[in-house]
Amino acid sequence: MALVPEPNPSRYRALWVTLGAVGVAFVIAGVVFSAYGVSPLEAYRAMLEGTLFDPKGLQEVFRRTIPLLLIGVGLTLAFRTQFFNIGAEGQLLLGAVFAAGVALFVPLPPFLTLPMMFLAGAVGGAVWCLIAAWLKSRLGVNEILTTLMLNYVAQYVVIYLINGPWKGKDARGYIYSDQFGPAAQIPVIPGTNVHWPTLLLGIFLAFALQFLLERTTLGYAMRVVGENPGAARYAGISISRIMLLIALITGGAAGLAGVGEIAGIHHRLIEPLQLSSGYGFTAVIVAWLARGNPALVLLTAPLMGIILAGGDLLKVSLNMPFRVVDVFSGVMLLCLIASEVFVRNRVRWGR
Amino acid sequence: MDEILNAFTRALSFGTPLLLASLGAIVSERAGVVNLGVEGMMAVGALAGFAVAYGSGTGDGNLFLAVLAAMGAGTLAAMLHAFVTITLRANQFVSGLALSMLGLGVAGLLGKRFEGVPLFNQPPELPFTALAIGLALALAFVLHATRWGLALRSVGENPAAADALGINVLGVRYFAVGFGGAMAGLAGAFLSLVYRPSWTDGMTAGLGWIAVALVIFVGWSPFRAIFGSIFFGLLYYLQFRLQGQSGIPTEVFASLPYLLVILVLALSGLRGQQGNAPESLGKPYQRGER
Repeated sequence: MALVPEPNPSRYRALWVTLGAVGVAFVIAGVVFSAYGVSPLEAYRAMLEGTLFDPKGLQEVFRRTIPLLLIGVGLTLAFRTQFFNIGAEGQLLLGAVFAAGVALFVPLPPFLTLPMMFLAGAVGGAVWCLIAAWLKSRLGVNEILTTLMLNYVAQYVVIYLINGPWKGKDARGYIYSDQFGPAAQIPVIPGTNVHWPTLLLGIFLAFALQFLLERTTLGYAMRVVGENPGAARYAGISISRIMLLIALITGGAAGLAGVGEIAGIHHRLIEPLQLSSGYGFTAVIVAWLARGNPALVLLTAPLMGIILAGGDLLKVSLNMPFRVVDVFSGVMLLCLIASEVFVRNRVRWGR
Repeated sequence: MDEILNAFTRALSFGTPLLLASLGAIVSERAGVVNLGVEGMMAVGALAGFAVAYGSGTGDGNLFLAVLAAMGAGTLAAMLHAFVTITLRANQFVSGLALSMLGLGVAGLLGKRFEGVPLFNQPPELPFTALAIGLALALAFVLHATRWGLALRSVGENPAAADALGINVLGVRYFAVGFGGAMAGLAGAFLSLVYRPSWTDGMTAGLGWIAVALVIFVGWSPFRAIFGSIFFGLLYYLQFRLQGQSGIPTEVFASLPYLLVILVLALSGLRGQQGNAPESLGKPYQRGER
C-alpha cells in the first residue's frame, strides 16, 4: 500500500473521508460496548430512538447542542491558528462563576442583569484562557498542558465557592449556591430546557466568525499564522498578538456557554461535574469535525449533542457508567485525525 | 527527625508512579514522539493489572503476571498512538489527548465490575521504588553512552540524517512509543496493586499529566527525573499532611499539584528549558521530504 499525495483535495473527498471516519469510530466503540457486555446494536438503537424520535430526547439534544456550539466555534478558530486550547471545560466553569457572581451579588436594574452576566461570563472564560495564551507567547509554555491543568483548578474554584463563601442557605447534602432571581434567568422555549437566546448567540457567532476568518484582513492574518508561521513572521504579522486575540475569543465563547448552563438551566452555581458533563472535551471533536470552518459547527455540534444526550440514555436505560461518552469521544477523535491523511493522500494498493 | 524521614519515604512512594511514567515519556520524546496519552495508558494499565491480580488465584493473584498484563495493556494503547502518529502522520498532541480520553473511558467502563472489590495482599512499595530509580540510572547510561541511545536520540533530533545513516526511523519510534506505554502501564499497576490495592474510576487523578509536565521540567533527562519526581512526591505528601491542619481550605491544597505544574512549566520556560527539547519533537517523519 502506498500513499500518493493529492495536492487539491475536493470538498467531497473531505466529506466522504470524514463520514467514513465517523462510521469506523462507531464500529470500534461498538466493540468496546460488546466487551462491556452490551450489544452495540442495542446501544445504538437506544441512543437513536431516545434522542431523535422522542420529543423529550430531542430537546435534550438541543440543550446540549448550545454549549457545544458556543465552545466549538471558538475552538475551530483556535485550531485553525494552531492554538490547542483543551481548557474549554475550565473556561466554561469560570464563565459560570463570573456570571453567578453578578447574579448573586451585583444589584442591577432587572433589564441589565442578563446582559451583565453574559459580559461577565465572557470575561471570566477569556481570562482563564488568556493565562495559557500569555504563558505560551511569553515563555513558550505548551498550552495543551496549561489549559488542561487550569481545568482542574477551575473545578476546585467552583467547589470552594459553593462549599464556602457562596454556599446556599438551603444546601444540604449536595452543595450549590442560592437560586438566582428571575431577572437572572434566561428565557426558554416554553415546556423545554432550550434557552433560545443563547442558541441564537451561538448561531450568530458561527456565521460571524466564519465571516471574520474568510472575508477580513484580520481573518487572513489568522489563517497565515495557522498555516505558515514563518511566512506570518516575514509578513510582519504579530503572532503573539493574534494568539492572545484568539484566546480572548475562544475563552470568551466558552465562558458564554457557562452562562447559558447556569442562567438557562440550573439557575444556581452547582457542582462542576454536573455543570459541564465534558462539554469542553466534546467540543474539541465538534471543532475537529468541522475542519476549521466555524459555520460547519452548526452541523457538527448537534451531531455530538446527540452523542452526549445518547450517552445519558445509556446510563439510565442500560445502566452503563458515564465513561461511555469518553470512549466515544476518544475513538471518534482518533479516527478523525487518523483519517486526515486520506483527505490529502490517495491510497494506491500494490506496489 | 522521624518526621523528616517519614516525609521522605512518603515522597518516594508518591513519586514512584510519576518517575516510572515520566521515564517512558522521556524515551518516547527523545525519539521525537510526544504522547499526551500517559494518563489514559496509566488508567488502562491500572485496570489490567488489577483485573489479572484479582482473576488469577483466589483474590490475591500473581503479582508478576499482573504487572506484565499492565505493561502489555499500556503498550497496546501506545501502539494505537504510534500507528496514528507515526504511520498515518497525524497530529501527535491531539492523538495523545484522544488516547487519554479513550483510556480513561475504556478503563472506567470495563473496570466498573471491580469497583469496591479489595485485593487482600498489599505488595511492598520499596522494590518498585528501587526498580524505578534503577531504571532511571540505566536509561541515563543507555541514552548517553551506548549506540542504541545515540540512535534513539538522533531519530528525535534529526530523523533524515538518522535515516541516511541506515537507522530505521519508524522502527525506533514505534519501539520508543511502545516502551513509553509499557512504563505508563507499570505506573498504573503501581497505583492499583501496590499504592492502594483496589480499583476506582479516575484513580490516576491527573498523575499522568503531571508526569508529562515533569519531562519538560527535568529537561528530558532520566537522571534528573529522579529528583523531579521526589520533589513532586514531597508536594503530594505536604498536600495530605497539611490538609485540615491549617485554616486554609482543602480545595487550595487539592489544586496545588495542578497549579504547580503550571508554575513549573513557566519556570522551565523562563530558564529557556523548552530549548532542550529534541529538535524534531512533535513532527511526523516522511521519507524523501527535505
